[in-house]
Order: sequence, then C-alpha cells, then structure tokens
Amino acid sequence: MSELQAPAKKPAGRAGRNLELPEHLKVYRGVWVFVEHDRGAVNPVSWELLGEGRKLADLLGVPLSGVILGGPEEGLDRFASEAWAMGADSCFVMRDPVLKGYRNEPFTRGLTRLVEEHKPEIVLLGATSMGRDLAGSVATTLSTGLTADCTELAIDPGTRALAATRPTFGGSLLCTIMTLAYRPQMATVRPRVMVMPRRDPQRTGTLVEARLDLAEASIVTKLLDFLPDATSDRINLTYADVIVSGGKGLRKPENFQLVRDLATVLGAEVGATRPVVQAGWVETERQVGQTGKTVRPKLYIAAGISGAVQHRVGMEGSDIIVAINSDPAAPIFDFAHYGIVGNAMQVLPALTEAFRNHLAVRARRAA
Amino acid sequence: MHIVVCVKQVPDSAQIRVHPVTNTIMRQGVPAIVNPYDLFALEQALRLKDEHGGSVTVLCMGPPQAEDALRRCLSLGADEAVLVTDRAFAGADTLATSYALASAIRTIGREQSVDIVFTGKQTIDGDTAQVGPGVARRLDLQLLTYVSRIVSVDLSERTIVVERRAEGGVQVLRTALPCLVTMLENTNEIRFAGMDEMLRSARCEVRKWNREQAGVEDVARIGLKGSPTVVSKVFGPKSRTEKADIEVIEDSSVRDAALNLIQKIFTRNPALEQDLVERTVS
Repeated sequence: MSELQAPAKKPAGRAGRNLELPEHLKVYRGVWVFVEHDRGAVNPVSWELLGEGRKLADLLGVPLSGVILGGPEEGLDRFASEAWAMGADSCFVMRDPVLKGYRNEPFTRGLTRLVEEHKPEIVLLGATSMGRDLAGSVATTLSTGLTADCTELAIDPGTRALAATRPTFGGSLLCTIMTLAYRPQMATVRPRVMVMPRRDPQRTGTLVEARLDLAEASIVTKLLDFLPDATSDRINLTYADVIVSGGKGLRKPENFQLVRDLATVLGAEVGATRPVVQAGWVETERQVGQTGKTVRPKLYIAAGISGAVQHRVGMEGSDIIVAINSDPAAPIFDFAHYGIVGNAMQVLPALTEAFRNHLAVRARRAA
Repeated sequence: MHIVVCVKQVPDSAQIRVHPVTNTIMRQGVPAIVNPYDLFALEQALRLKDEHGGSVTVLCMGPPQAEDALRRCLSLGADEAVLVTDRAFAGADTLATSYALASAIRTIGREQSVDIVFTGKQTIDGDTAQVGPGVARRLDLQLLTYVSRIVSVDLSERTIVVERRAEGGVQVLRTALPCLVTMLENTNEIRFAGMDEMLRSARCEVRKWNREQAGVEDVARIGLKGSPTVVSKVFGPKSRTEKADIEVIEDSSVRDAALNLIQKIFTRNPALEQDLVERTVS
C-alpha cells in the first residue's frame, strides 16, 4: 500500500442494507496493531503490521497504537519501547496474571474491553494461530467486520474506510472488502506479507496502562503445558533467504528430489504448491501460498509451477523470482523476473550442477 | 455424548477456473464436495462416539443441493443430518454465517443437549477460519482452535484436554464441556464408508430447516443484511510492469541457460552470491 486507491465503485447494495457509517460510530479513531508475543518474544508479524499501520494512520491523519496484553513478568515495557521504535505513537498495555500464555477467553475479554473503551477505527492482527483465534472472537463479540489473510491494505478515499484486499474463490481472483457501517474495521495479515519497517531506536511514545480485573477462578480453560517443537523438525520457510519450490509440473513425486538437490546446493528451504502438498509429495509446512506460508526470500526458484493466484500471493514479494516451466503461456512468467521455458526435469539438474560449480570456484577464490 | 459437526459444501477444486478474458468464475462442471478440513472434524467426532457412545449430528448451511454433502457424512457414520437452507441466508459473510449456525445449534440442543461442536480449521473456498470462533462466541462455548489431538474426554467430570497447534509448539489445554473444537488437517485417517453405512445413509432422512425452523430470530443478522463486510470489487492479478527476462531452451542449451541465469541473478544481487559462497564454505 503506497498511495490512496482510486475510489471503489459503490457496492451493489440491496434493499435494507446499511452502507453508511452511523453517527455514533464516527468517534472511532486511530489504527491499532495487536502485538502478539509468546514466551518472551514478539512475533515479527506484529512489527510488519506496525509498518503497514503507520502508513494507514498517516493517510488518515490519526495515531497508531500497539496493543500489548500479557502477564506482569513478561517484559511488556520492553515490547512497548520496541513498538515505538517500529512506528507506534502509543501503546496500550494490559498486565494481568491471567494473561500469561495465550488463552482465548481472557484475551478476548481484554481486547474487547480496550476497543470499547478507546474506540479505534482499525484493528490489525497477525493471521497466526493466536491472531486468527482472537480476531474471530473479538469481531463476533463486537458484531463488526473482519477480513482474513489480507494481502494488501489501503484507505478508500471516498469513505475513509479500510480497503482490505485478499484472494477469493480459493485463490483464483482477488477481492477488496470494506466494512462501511460498523466499527472497528478488523483485518488479519499473514507473516511476511508486509515489509518489516526500519527500526528507529530514537522514537518514543506514550504508554497507557489498562486493567482487566478477571480472576483466574472464573476462567474455564487452563493452559497445562507448552510443548515446543524440536528444532530439528522446524521448517523455517517463512523467513528463509532462498527457496526452491516445485509444482505439479514435476509430474511424479520422485522428480521432487531434483528440487531438493538444488535446495541442498544453495542451502535453501524447499517449498511446494498446494496440489503437491495435497498429493502428499511433501509436508504441509512446505506449502507456499494463500493457504500455506507467505515468503519473501532474496531468491525464489519455482520449478514446474504455473503461478496460480493462490500460490502467487504467497511469494510475489520475493526479491528475485525465477520460473522454470515448459509452458511459455504459464501465468508465472507474468510476474517472474527471470524465466526458463523448458522441461524442469532437465533444467533443474543443469542448474544444480552450474550453481555447485560456480559456488565452489568462488569459495576456492575466497579461501 | 452428543456431538455436532459443522460442515460446508465447497467446489471440489480449490482452484476454481477463471475465464482469462472476462475474469469471471467458470462454475460449470466443478463437482461439489464436503470441505476436506471438515472431514477431519467428522472423523474425530466419530472416534469419540466409538469410544464414549452417543451420537453425531452433522449440520450444514447451504443451498438444497448441499444435502449431498450431508449424505456423505451420514455414509461415514453420522447419525443425524440437518440442512439449514433458506434464501434469506444468501450473501452471508462470516459474522452472519456464525449467527445462523449458532441459532441452528441452539435449536438442535433443545432436542438433545450438545457436548462438543466440531468444525474444520477453515474451508478451502473462503479460507477465513472465522466461523468456528464466531459460533463459539455466540453460544458462549469454550473455544479450542487448531486442535491437533484430543488427549482425553472425561464425561463424568465434563472436561476435555487437547493439544492445540501454536507458533513454535503445542499448547496443552484443559477446558470444560460444552466446547467448540476446530480440528487441524491430517490429524486422523478418515474412514472409508462401508456398504452397510452407505445403504443406511440412503435411507436416513436429512432434515431441512428454513429460517424459522432453524430458530433464527433476528432477520437483520443473517444473509447479506447481517454482513458487515462489503465486497467492493473482484479482480484478477496484474502483471508486473517489469517484463520477465525469459530464455527458451532449444535442446542443447540447457547448460548455457543455467549458466546465463546464474550470471543474471548474481549481477542483480552480488551480496546474495557472497552469502551463498559463505554458506558453501561453512
């Protein structure tokens, strides 16, 4: 989102549907970002959202705030300082022992109460297991609009409403969604969709303390344990620098080894399209796209991938996109930087060999 | 134990074909199926029934032909099926959908109280994952999303312990019944429908409820009218302004194309070359 969008066409309203913002909701002002943290670390998606929220707040001429809920010993002040450095003007901090470790009920109560008290016009959350769980509950409690997994956020100049774009129809097309007659306008955005803002350590802001007043005894759900994933099984696709992905154009699961071979030479992560994951060729965690991971590596090599919107929205933020596909009309060539029209089963081994030699020569020269 | 499983009928192909020129959806010939994620929820419900006894009711909101989706669930072992179908529901977003489903679950619960509501983690056509949390909120049920495993259910204590997928690990949560669980994919092996079950499902009645029968009281909260979100435009993706630099392989030039490509990549980003070389060395 870099500029105001052209005014969207007036939606095809039907009789009885209210598309005007009622007077009493016009006091809602400001952009909020839910700062998600767990076990001492903020999820980077929250900083990415503060970067995006800053642009929206500036377009609207309103303040940007971070919202931080957690236990008293969870270092929330440190997160607030970081939120200022990432662009927030102020932070709402709610500290309570019942907020240590995410649980739906106390977090829903806390965020709902803050919204009702301070009336922001926009609330953004990461589309993570925490953010989606919380956003759905809070939006329902407030009876307002929520748009999931947005890939672009803008302000509609005519209505000053949040214009949230996301893939639709299973990721075949994009649609822009607005919440016109309700406030706040809520949206979730997946990690890596927005760019990480530049950190400004000089920036400071204000801090507003808020209370929850919820007794542990009244909360039904108890967090018994947290079992961290073994580091060895962790697939770090989201923040990988280089990714080699394969699609159904590879024809057979055995041919996927060619993708892995190239990835090994480059020290890259292996990615895949939805059909490949659904066919069981690779783990679900490797899926890139609307229903998988969003990535922005420095280099993304797509082999045998046609470039359907569902895949595209997950990787088009990559610095360099290389497409290998035998069909010169494949949509992926519309948004790749470099393309090779050819059989991926021949091109991949050649590329693996060429990279291996090239890097070995450079490494020897460096030594 | 009485379990309600919410399912949705969706187009078989997640990738709906779009007319390349007009950017309109080509629906013809795309068969409809039960949302694949919902089948993991149904399977989990059936396993709990196998273990603890009781019954499973499947609930679907959709057009009359969504009955097929419910028949499939019956053939897998569900006991009852309810289709909530009424033109008044058309155009519902997730908020309005959760209101209608919650009303129907309340109505089902009046006949036989509900212990657990299951949903899939999301649908393959909408991909929002918002309806489950919405239904839970409206029915004031404890919400357990992205559940990877039901550890235990204790019917005498009325408690449930689950593992929930979170970022970087799994939360172990205990809560009280009734609750709403959204089930993660690939958490179980979905059973095959046996011949007996298929025959039984053909005889089973799918109850069809209109708005009143489903117990929906406030018409302002369903369908398009009850939907705060407004779709302002639908469009196809744009091409990048920068045209791709494309090389077409004639049989012999695979190696040359690879070498050229590497040259271009590293010319565009020399720092990347340095990074990769360092990785090779270490």
